[in-house]
Amino acid sequence: MTAGDEASANAGAPVAPLIHASGLRKQFGDFVAVDGIDFDVQPGEAFGFLGPNGAGKSSTMRMIGCTSPTSGGTLQLFGLDPAKDGPAIRRRLGVVPQMDSLDNELTVEENLVIYGRYFDLSRAEARRRAKDLLDFVQLTDRATSRVEPLSGGMKRRVTIARSLINQPDLLLLDEPTTGLDPQARHILWDRLYRLKQQGVTLVLTTHYMDEAEQLCDRLVVMDAGKIVAQGSPRQLIDEHATREVLELRFRAGSNAENEQYAAGVGDRHEVLPDRILVYAHNGDEALAKAIANGAQPESALVRRSTLEDVFLRLTGRTLVE
Amino acid sequence: MTILDPASAPVRAPRASAGFPLLRILPPVVRISRRPHRMVERQLMCYRRTWPILLSGFFEPLFYLLSIRVGLSKLVGTISVDGHVLSYAEFVAPAMMAASAMNGAVYDSTMNVFHKLKYARVYDAVLATPMTVGDVALGEIVWALIRGLLYSTAFLVTMAVLGLTSSWWILASVPICVLIGFAFAAVGMACTSYMRGWTDFEWVATVTMPLFLFSATFYPLASYGRWGWVVQLSPLYHGVALVRAANAGVVSWGIVGHVAFLLTMAFAGLWVVSRRLQFLLLK
Ligand SMILES: Nc1ncnc2c1ncn2[C@@H]1O[C@H](COP(=O)(O)OP(=O)(O)OP(=O)(O)O)[C@@H](O)[C@H]1O
Ligand SMILES: [Mg+2]
Repeated sequence: MTAGDEASANAGAPVAPLIHASGLRKQFGDFVAVDGIDFDVQPGEAFGFLGPNGAGKSSTMRMIGCTSPTSGGTLQLFGLDPAKDGPAIRRRLGVVPQMDSLDNELTVEENLVIYGRYFDLSRAEARRRAKDLLDFVQLTDRATSRVEPLSGGMKRRVTIARSLINQPDLLLLDEPTTGLDPQARHILWDRLYRLKQQGVTLVLTTHYMDEAEQLCDRLVVMDAGKIVAQGSPRQLIDEHATREVLELRFRAGSNAENEQYAAGVGDRHEVLPDRILVYAHNGDEALAKAIANGAQPESALVRRSTLEDVFLRLTGRTLVE
Repeated sequence: MTILDPASAPVRAPRASAGFPLLRILPPVVRISRRPHRMVERQLMCYRRTWPILLSGFFEPLFYLLSIRVGLSKLVGTISVDGHVLSYAEFVAPAMMAASAMNGAVYDSTMNVFHKLKYARVYDAVLATPMTVGDVALGEIVWALIRGLLYSTAFLVTMAVLGLTSSWWILASVPICVLIGFAFAAVGMACTSYMRGWTDFEWVATVTMPLFLFSATFYPLASYGRWGWVVQLSPLYHGVALVRAANAGVVSWGIVGHVAFLLTMAFAGLWVVSRRLQFLLLK
């Protein structure tokens, strides 16, 4: 029985989550990479993991992808247990790992075709889908090229095309657009958005805040193996950031001595290596106060707060209150 | 866009696993293996363009056999083993056949597998599909056996053409070489799973070279005197004995022992490979 069958069997009742994790842990020797996290992903949702390097995002994604055994807690996909039903679950997944794992001995098209064969597609069907998918990621002209000489961004697109060969119900994307140029990123976002509209559930990790804001209905912020915040992008911004942010840039290397001018002019401030951020309801007012304090910034910018500010607030190591 | 319709995603019930108690000698991950042939298919896809490389495997036996035929035979003349008198070439050719089965299997299961495991990371992507570690392990070994089958057949044909075969039983040497290949591929892959870098591969030659020289390949077991029991520990010795028996057309109970030795080695290797691949690939 698939998750879809269950849902229609008890119509009206809340839909069973596609992914259910509670107290999920991953340990490498003594090192705890994922430290008891809880989350549910509903069918059709776009769900994101946001977090600094080493937060445990990829470790979590690999457990969801049933290629890494869990070290503790519960994990269920489509109501199945990865430890027992790995192949049955993976049959319905599309996986874009953080590192492209393309088969360098094969051509671009062969990579897709053999992948389809791993999913038991007939050769004709695998070839047909490979052709359509290469079209989808705009690499038709490279179909017979070897993988090795492709650019990083092209390899990424091949990996994404490959992940769709089995028409997955759930697509796992670990930093899908890292290495893509802006145009390719926007095209990919558009493609992912279309997949979502067709009912494909998306789970992704990213460092790009605009990506998270654009794509994710809901996201969790991870830090050191734990979930430190969750909600929709808007909720997170409302909860953890102020309405506006004032960015002050001073002469290189003088942030520390200029910090005094920023202190107290807004709700709080943060010293970054290249600038000082002041979180305030009204950025212009904060700037006026800072200048009144004697600040002489080389440049000053007032902007609306973004997920990036939330991220810095929750995980930033330079946080100063 | 038809290709992205999730409703038509193929969902097929897993095939019921065969319930033969005999299969218990296989490691659990191999027992649940359903798609080892896909791994073989990948290899065939790779070789579709590079098949001339396979030809190199046909030259090796030719050179071996020619060197014996032309050189050694003249020097040594005949040799007497267990009361049978053979030309020296007839004595050594089956040993070369067994040794070449060993070398092929070792090469495939060490260098090639290590490259795919550590550098190309081929299996990482494979395991994100319904394929399992058992499929990878079994598929790679089956591939080594298929190559072994091709090479042994080529060897046999070369032997026949050079007039080095003495019995129709020699046809049995092909499955025997596949068995030799199975044993060495399984153990070779098991060793590979412990290797940390290319320098560790020096050990492969350190092991296979003495096996090649001291497995009653060039002189009969009797000439090893009281060290004969050491020779009998060599898996290649058992392979050589089998091919030699086939060439001589001598069927004896000793054959059961040789086959049992190689089968034990093969299944032991398979157990280790399965455990180690799980450990290495499913982190
Ligand atoms: N196979 C492994 N063996 C040992 N430690 C590991 C292994 N994989 C990951 N780790 C450790 O687990 C922690 C989390 O790693 P993970 O790759 O999940 O982070 P991440 O959030 O994906 O980071 P990034 O943004 O850099 O991709 C890191 O400290 C990493 O060193
Ligand atoms: Mg990562």
